[in-house]
Amino acid sequence: MSTFLHVENINVYYGAIHAIQGVSFDVNEGEIVTLIGANGAGKSTVLKTVSGLLRPKIGSITFAGEDITQTPPHKIVEKGLAHVPEGRRIFQQMTVEENLEMGAYTQPQSGITADLEMVFEQFPRLKERRRQIAGTLSGGEQQMLAMGRALMSHPKLLMLDEPSMGLAPILVEQIFEIIRTLHKSGTTILLVEQNAQMALSVADRAYVLETGEITLSGTGAELVKSDEIRKAYLGG
Amino acid sequence: MTFLNYLINGISLGSVYAIIALGYTMVYGIAKMLNFAHGDVIMVGAYISFIITSKMGLPAIVSVLAAVVVCTLLGIFIERLAYKPLRNATSLAVLITAIGVSYFLQNSALLIWGSDPKSFNSIVDFDSIKLFDGQLVITAEAIVTVCACIIIMIALTIFTGHTKMGKAMRAVSEDKGAAQLMGINVNSTISMTFAIGSALAAIAGVLLCSAYPTLLPTTGSMPGIKAFTAAVFGGIGSIPGAMIGGILLGVIEVFASAYISDKLSNAIVFGVLIIVLLVKPTGLLGRKINEKV
Ligand SMILES: Nc1ncnc2c1ncn2[C@@H]1O[C@H](COP(=O)(O)OP(=O)(O)OP(=O)(O)O)[C@@H](O)[C@H]1O
Ligand SMILES: [Mg+2]
Repeated sequence: MSTFLHVENINVYYGAIHAIQGVSFDVNEGEIVTLIGANGAGKSTVLKTVSGLLRPKIGSITFAGEDITQTPPHKIVEKGLAHVPEGRRIFQQMTVEENLEMGAYTQPQSGITADLEMVFEQFPRLKERRRQIAGTLSGGEQQMLAMGRALMSHPKLLMLDEPSMGLAPILVEQIFEIIRTLHKSGTTILLVEQNAQMALSVADRAYVLETGEITLSGTGAELVKSDEIRKAYLGG
Repeated sequence: MTFLNYLINGISLGSVYAIIALGYTMVYGIAKMLNFAHGDVIMVGAYISFIITSKMGLPAIVSVLAAVVVCTLLGIFIERLAYKPLRNATSLAVLITAIGVSYFLQNSALLIWGSDPKSFNSIVDFDSIKLFDGQLVITAEAIVTVCACIIIMIALTIFTGHTKMGKAMRAVSEDKGAAQLMGINVNSTISMTFAIGSALAAIAGVLLCSAYPTLLPTTGSMPGIKAFTAAVFGGIGSIPGAMIGGILLGVIEVFASAYISDKLSNAIVFGVLIIVLLVKPTGLLGRKINEKV
């Protein structure tokens, strides 16, 4: 296994607020790594910094051997890093199919039909609703669309920010099943979750983020057993 | 019959407003800013066309193409120089800059072309259509203007609905951050929008001055404000809204000045706008916009 994503001592600010204070972590090829932490710990900020929406003041980010610290976000996508943002952020006024086409923006036009089929196979619900305006989809369908849209770019590394947020338990189960499937098919995954239980159960390794710093790391199995984690994130 | 004449005049004037309003509304939709210099780009387009036809004696179509090319470049240039550095600034800073650009363009025109009014030669040279023993007159300018407006509307609908670039523009207008995560270059999309808006402004300038042939450095400012009103009226950010808003505004203006009072027509136009916004704050076809980082 080789280091795929290497985040080295990043410091991110919102104006004067020092939101991320020297965070470092690695994601190896083929792994599922999860980043867990309470509200406001800085999980989304880390993902936005990796995908280039935010810039670290100090620190560096290397993806597939290339320094992407200063690369604009649209170029980072081209390199094979897709980010499903918090709150889905699908294009509400566009149809399901148009959303997926936007996901394929960096891909050659010729492959889009086949890729649409690939996504529809993964998410049959989206196929039935391909002409529906995305804003009218249910929460679970919107999450599927957000994930499908990211898959259209053939990501080597998929970053998911709270894919289970606001979903009923059965849908959470479904989303995690899809995460497992994607992983089996070779996609490397960086997963941000508040649902620590579920996240740790699928993850190879995990990092715990607290107020902008990584306070704990280990394999998923290790962290599930850790007392600290039990108390703070698993409800005893 | 006079009613029909007024209606045709109104639709024709409204078509010009609509073409200008499209530029306002597209730039607002994508860059979330009011480009108050948009009206002055119209004036630049009209001067370019004037020079090429009246001074150089070249055919009208050449002058229109030249105006479009110059205005497109001017639009891209303005965005790069004046607005791009303010991408993360407050909207007030951007607004003040846009007003500054507007005065800059007007005063540059004053320096280059002087303050004496130029008499613009219409770009169309076929005769008006006279119906019912000459009681109903449809001017050649009106026909060309309305046709141009329809063609532009169809072209933009196809562009935004069926092309990759057009869909990317819609994506950017909905959510810049998410659009970037798709691999869309937001800066070049914004540039493209300014280019399209300014090209349309050039066409509007030529059509406007063909119907109302007095050309001055301030020629673009009042139609610019009216078209902005039309864009808000129709729902700022909405392309069909700009179209409908523009045409309604032109019709209301012509009827108000014909049947109520020439002097009050502008007051009536803005009065109608205020009433529409009181009843429907997002304009006729507008939607609420949520901004996300
Ligand atoms: N645009 C912003 N401007 C100012 N502060 C911000 C901004 N976005 C986030 N923050 C602050 O940065 C910190 C980290 O926020 P972030 O969204 O990364 O947390 P999170 O771990 O993803 O939380 P959650 O689990 O609630 O999504 C918080 O204190 C938040 O208030
Ligand atoms: Mg978050």
